[in-house]
Amino acid sequence: MSIDFSVEPKIIDGKRSFKEMDNAILDPVDAKVNVKYLMALGLTLTMLFIGAASLGWTFYKGIGVWGNNNPVAWAFDIVNFVFWIGIGHAGTLISAILFLMRQRWRNSIARFAEAMTIFAVITALLFPLIHTGRPWLAAIYLLPYPNQHAVWVNFYSPLLWDVFAVSTYFIVSFIFWYIGLIPDFATMRDRATSKVKKAIYSGLSLGWRFSNRHWQHYEMLYLILAGLSTPLVLSVHTVVSFDFATSVLPGWHTTIFPPYFVAGAVFSGFAMVQNALIVIRKVFDLEELIPIRTLELMNKIIMLTGTMVGYAYGMEFFIAWYSGSKIELFTFVNRAFGPYAWAYWIMFTCNVVSPQLFWVKKFRTSIPIMFVIAVFVNVGMWFERFVIIVTSLNRDFLPSSWAYYRPTMIDFGLLIGSFGLFFTLVLLFAKYVPSISIAEIKAIKDGAQPDHHVLEHANHDDQGHSHNVAANQGANS
Amino acid sequence: MENKKLYSVAATFDDPNKIMIAADKVSDAGYKKYDVNTPFPLHGMDDAMKLPPSKIGYFTITFGLTGTSLILFFIWWITSVDYPQVIGGKPFFGIPAFIPVTFEATVLLAAIGSALTLIIYFFKFPNNSHPLHDTEYMNAVSSDEYGIYIEAQDEKFDLEGVKSLFNSLGAKKIHEIYYEEEFLTQKFSLFDKKFIIGLVVIAIFTSFSAYMHLNKLLYITPFNWMVEQPKVSAQQASTFFADGFGMRTPAEGTVARGFIPYAFTGKPEEAGKYLSNPLEANERNIDLGKRKYLTFCSPCHGNYGNGESRLNGQFPNGPTLHSDKIVNWPDGQLYHVISEGQNVMPGYSKQATRDERWAIVLYVRTLQRAMNAKESDLK
Repeated sequence: MSIDFSVEPKIIDGKRSFKEMDNAILDPVDAKVNVKYLMALGLTLTMLFIGAASLGWTFYKGIGVWGNNNPVAWAFDIVNFVFWIGIGHAGTLISAILFLMRQRWRNSIARFAEAMTIFAVITALLFPLIHTGRPWLAAIYLLPYPNQHAVWVNFYSPLLWDVFAVSTYFIVSFIFWYIGLIPDFATMRDRATSKVKKAIYSGLSLGWRFSNRHWQHYEMLYLILAGLSTPLVLSVHTVVSFDFATSVLPGWHTTIFPPYFVAGAVFSGFAMVQNALIVIRKVFDLEELIPIRTLELMNKIIMLTGTMVGYAYGMEFFIAWYSGSKIELFTFVNRAFGPYAWAYWIMFTCNVVSPQLFWVKKFRTSIPIMFVIAVFVNVGMWFERFVIIVTSLNRDFLPSSWAYYRPTMIDFGLLIGSFGLFFTLVLLFAKYVPSISIAEIKAIKDGAQPDHHVLEHANHDDQGHSHNVAANQGANS
Repeated sequence: MENKKLYSVAATFDDPNKIMIAADKVSDAGYKKYDVNTPFPLHGMDDAMKLPPSKIGYFTITFGLTGTSLILFFIWWITSVDYPQVIGGKPFFGIPAFIPVTFEATVLLAAIGSALTLIIYFFKFPNNSHPLHDTEYMNAVSSDEYGIYIEAQDEKFDLEGVKSLFNSLGAKKIHEIYYEEEFLTQKFSLFDKKFIIGLVVIAIFTSFSAYMHLNKLLYITPFNWMVEQPKVSAQQASTFFADGFGMRTPAEGTVARGFIPYAFTGKPEEAGKYLSNPLEANERNIDLGKRKYLTFCSPCHGNYGNGESRLNGQFPNGPTLHSDKIVNWPDGQLYHVISEGQNVMPGYSKQATRDERWAIVLYVRTLQRAMNAKESDLK
């Protein structure tokens, strides 16, 4: 078999007209809610309610109702925070980094992944807040503002860097997402039949007119935001890893943490996006717009980042031995063979072994298999954070204070609630906002773009041809 | 029809190549006020329209660098000027630790600034009353057709000429777009009834919710600033102990720490006979005595023990401590009077510890000597 690499493969063939693409994406948004949707929403709302009840009890009694004990002062709260922040990383990677790399297949999944980023960051932000116990009094130690105590936050603390990194990430992701939505809201405005909908979409679209004089600046801003988001997305999990790496605790105090955390974040984020996409494309009948090849490419990234994570596990162990530090080595041996060995081996199997199955083309292109593998990856990544945090803490420098951490029902309630919150938001998004970017997906349809040399053929001298190529996303075919 | 004013003439195409050529020809023909509307950006259209490159990047870098310098200045001011604190032995202004926050602030300001610039400055949005809105033309270009229009305001505009130009380019349909009548005649009044009612409703809602937040919500468990705590406050009955007392009475025969029974209650002479000052007359003890004397004794007996009361007759004046009677008392009797009181003078055994009372005795002796110094003392 010979492949011609000079021609980019088609993403979306020209069979569907633009009108049909509009309908495919927007009909589920315009349609009335059906029983299936309400059942799904009922399930996620139940989970959310469990979380809300656990949270209410936590606020009422205080965080003593959690399982955290003396050496293990950080447990489910921070595990969940790091896990959800990680989930949020796929969105920006897809929308920004793959955009800069001209991966046109990302157009059909970028919107959905960005929305998942925003919801994951919202979910994640909940945990550091509630882990302060009385979050409504927390503003003073989170943000630098002039206050009656006349004290400021500590700019030397990685926990403060974290506040800045995560909130910046949330705001910039939100801007990126909203800027992308403006043309789609305008399309919905022009389709809307009821007066209320028309008013809402007119407001949201700000009066967008699809003018090319606007598209020009719009595309430039999109490129700039992608350029800003790329270092930003790498910085966020780097800063999260600083929370651990700048401490002096064996098991945390390692320089491999920043890249290792970023790779892990992309790994789990892609797995989550892939899972959600499989459900969404089935439910809303979007198989043509999110082709199997897109999922296959996502699986390749999962495999790559999974391998990087596996390398990091090995390297951590090697350095623990190579450093000659007995305490360091003890921590790692304790991780793999101590009281939490079960968690370590669940993590290892899910994260290192399962993504390697994607070497086989049949597995990367089979929906049920890839779905199950991605679920494993998410389980594994949750356990990775658990292993890093709990096993490093539960046996500290003073053997007399060693203790085994056991989560309580409330801990599990909050974990379930976080999934409830995330998927409730995802469901509401999929119902009320186009989950595929209409303007972006039309642009990569076969035959949507003019021929490369159309103006030269029209006997036109083509000066300054290249000055704006950078702004034109997903270049010529 | 005479009220209607022509805004522009537009044409739609359904082939991306045709719209490219149309844009190219229209700009070549010298039209300035024209625009292309496409459901998604077409590659090369900026060149066909001969648009200069977008300048939004300059705004981004300006906003970004503003963010960098603002946050660095802010951190410097906090850590070096307003509240300098040594943290982990590092300098007040240690740049490496501030890099993450500086980076985030740069990105934040650059992103917010450029997005707002795009919407407000470049697009002049929000604007939902453009003549193109709600036209058949807009509905077509927002979905599946490529459109181009030339404004009637353009210097070279000529209705038939433009139409024939579009026809020659292979237009699928030609639209004439008019200003809406409302758009031309509408006036906005500040004292519109609806506007005033809206303001009143907002004011009532805001006051009500502010009142509920500040007076009710802030004091509901568990948001009550820890006002409710499971402990016994003063003057409150304990629900934990059956007798309702918060404090427990000590077991019978309990002796307080450091308690020594006093054997000479009511017997000043015997105290003078048997007790002697356990403290050495050194500077430290005399200084302690001085402080305690000034606190407890001086209001009545005066700062120098000469009976110059500061109480202005509200309480009987204390006698001088330099009388022969008191000078000749033994230390023990002086101690006894301080501890138990005499006539209207109360005892000070509750206020001053044993050692402090003996220190006062030392200081009184010092005063007596100093105030009645003899010639020989100066040698």
